[in-house]
Amino acid sequence: MTEKKIRVLIAKPGLDGHDRGAKVVARALRDAGMEVIYTGLRQSPEMIAEAALQEDVNVIGLSILSGAHLVLVPRVIDLVRANGQEEVKVFVGGIIPEEDIPVLTQAGVSAIYGPGTPTTKVVQDIRDAFSAV
Amino acid sequence: MVDLDAVTRGNRLALARLLTEVENQTPAGEQALDRLFARAGKAHLVGITGAPGTGKSSLVSCLAKNIRVAQKQTVAIVAVDPSSPFTGGAILGDRVRMRELAGDPGVFIRSMASRGELGGLASATAGVVQVLDAAGFDFILIETVGAGQSEVDIACLAYTTLVVESPGLGDDIQAIKAGILEIADILVVNKSDLPGAENTARALRANLDLGYRLHMNHDGAHRMTIKENEVKNTTAWTPPIIQTIATQHNGIDEVIAEILRHREYLIDTGLREKREQDRLRSEVYHLLQTGLVKRWQQLTPPQVFDRLLQQVFARELSPRAAIDSLLNGSYNQKRGFPRSLLRKIVRLKDE
Repeated sequence: MTEKKIRVLIAKPGLDGHDRGAKVVARALRDAGMEVIYTGLRQSPEMIAEAALQEDVNVIGLSILSGAHLVLVPRVIDLVRANGQEEVKVFVGGIIPEEDIPVLTQAGVSAIYGPGTPTTKVVQDIRDAFSAV
Repeated sequence: MVDLDAVTRGNRLALARLLTEVENQTPAGEQALDRLFARAGKAHLVGITGAPGTGKSSLVSCLAKNIRVAQKQTVAIVAVDPSSPFTGGAILGDRVRMRELAGDPGVFIRSMASRGELGGLASATAGVVQVLDAAGFDFILIETVGAGQSEVDIACLAYTTLVVESPGLGDDIQAIKAGILEIADILVVNKSDLPGAENTARALRANLDLGYRLHMNHDGAHRMTIKENEVKNTTAWTPPIIQTIATQHNGIDEVIAEILRHREYLIDTGLREKREQDRLRSEVYHLLQTGLVKRWQQLTPPQVFDRLLQQVFARELSPRAAIDSLLNGSYNQKRGFPRSLLRKIVRLKDE
């Protein structure tokens, strides 16, 4: 009877209006047997943290193409941690300049996936992180 | 251990985590359900069903907004989307239409995957609803998987069931077919700004004019019975047909008014209690079934079952004969079914 599923929130924070990448990743995770909560475009960090809390997700994937990642990503992570979800992993997909990667890692991002990353890599990373679950 | 006091005090993290336990049907989740049972039963449960793309999520969002603003009551939403039959994965996308509810502490939205259930809900949906009920939400809106014609489980869980239609989904023959339209307490024709909305509403109305059940029961199988004599001395409920445009909040006040009117109707006629008893009876029956199967599995060595299956595969035994021989023990003589186990199962069958 007992059935555990990896639950992933895929969100697009900020104002860019292009979510093809987010949908591709959502679909790949679905095909890997995960339950993917997709929230749509133009989400504020508050909305994302609230959804992550209500849905009790294991992973949050943020897709950002706008260049505002240094503001939005740490804000999401702060809010999620403040809600008490210490163990939730956050990964970022999108166009992230090389020099910003350490900043985001420092802020608590577990992985950053640039253009051209195979979706199998995202799936494998999540599976590895939750192999114990 | 789940902190139930935190859940009933309104701690959203504790609530979200408990919902996961319940959804995963873990022992902790099941114990919590046992302990919360006495506290549940107060919320008004509203089911929203209909074909994919008719605007269920948008409508749910509008209804929740209205309940918050006009009725000043709290609302929880349980939105079910389908799991892949191949991978078990799912895309749960109902929140996309519910962004206007963000930031309101009087709203709690939870998405669920159907996890292989075919009736439009997940097997743990009733448990999730019970927890939200015990957590004190006044209204619980349950949105089903995009339903075709026969996903009618929602009518057993909810007190008030909305069936959402939209223009262009079929002619008046669809309106007289059995199944989902029969479970509606309220019929909503959404997207009424599209051409054909009037025709859709008219076809539904014509169908209702041909007659309507007075009361529906659920007897544990996928079968509902109509018992007219149970609503003596009352006016029968005829489902209203309401045209809405959810994206423009058009017609929502009317839907809410009908939900409230239906709730009063159920209470006044005693049907609310009746529906709840029917649901609990079917839940007890369902748990009994799964419990018996589980005990049978624990008592039967898998190789016995496999051997029997091989005979079925070879068409030496029909599935029914196979089950008969397992339950009445005739299998024992032929293939050495362990006598001690057999005795337990036979007793189990008699209990």
